Amino acid sequence: MRNDLILRVVAKLLIPFILLFAVYVQFHGDFGPGGGFQAGVIFAAGIVLHALIFGLDRTKTFLPEPWVESIMALGVLLYVGVGLAGIILGGNFLDFFVLDADSITGQHRGIFWIEIGVALTVAGVMLKIFYMFAARGPIDE
Amino acid sequence: MESLIIIALMVMMLVAVWLIIQSRNLFGVVVLSGVYSFLMATVLFALDAADVAMTEAAVGAGLSTVLLLGALYLCKSEEGKPLHRPWFPLALSVALTLTLMAGTVGLPFFSDPMAVIHQHVVPRYINDMPAEIDVPNIVTAVLASYRSFDTLGETTVVFTAGAGVIALLRRRRNGVTNAK
Repeated sequence: MRNDLILRVVAKLLIPFILLFAVYVQFHGDFGPGGGFQAGVIFAAGIVLHALIFGLDRTKTFLPEPWVESIMALGVLLYVGVGLAGIILGGNFLDFFVLDADSITGQHRGIFWIEIGVALTVAGVMLKIFYMFAARGPIDE
Repeated sequence: MESLIIIALMVMMLVAVWLIIQSRNLFGVVVLSGVYSFLMATVLFALDAADVAMTEAAVGAGLSTVLLLGALYLCKSEEGKPLHRPWFPLALSVALTLTLMAGTVGLPFFSDPMAVIHQHVVPRYINDMPAEIDVPNIVTAVLASYRSFDTLGETTVVFTAGAGVIALLRRRRNGVTNAK
């Protein structure tokens, strides 16, 4: 599909907005529908669209496979880290009340970071599965 | 009006399923399953479940269609004729469908505020959430704060699924030393 002008132009126009929408869903999750899972999936879909149109090799130049594998684990570690921070600050595991002097700010802080953890893991897993499927067949030709 | 839209979408989904059953061209089947997922996402949106609709559109219609197309590259795109008539799977599917339909009889009506599930912890969440957590979207408050152990488990399941796929699909370099 690398030589199809219409697809390339449309993809170039759409991909920044898809990624921006993923970020919006992530950080607006406290106010509207959405959250970490949806944001991670939409982000992965944007990257997959790039790989379909421009080829997996070009996608790997800005998002190499080791990075994708790393963010898979990083998300879960970030989530567990927030939980352990609760213990260190004198509360229970995943206790957000103690993350700040004001308990409501602490709740907001905890939700913010664990949502990022969820988004990282989901995006990493979706992209890793796609990378592995695409590497087996001639999908980027 | 809303139920009319949902019924029209459901009819379109039934048509898509019928075409999937009839078609022997696997490329068409993959595209139709993407269509089915988009219709499902629209139904979910009409039912005011915007976050589920987003997930269905991105995963069901987007990513899984791409993965199925990737799998299609590795095999023939025509479905082979089955060796014998699949009577046993058919009977099993029909029996399961009837069991599930019988099960729906016992469910509360859609958006019934007196349903059992809305009498347990829901009033506490709705009453105490503004003082305890104070985020406008109560779904986020329940998922991320009240039920953050469940969400941790869910994230771990997603991670484990990814690790399992890596273990299954990893390229084994036979005889070639991997100079990492």
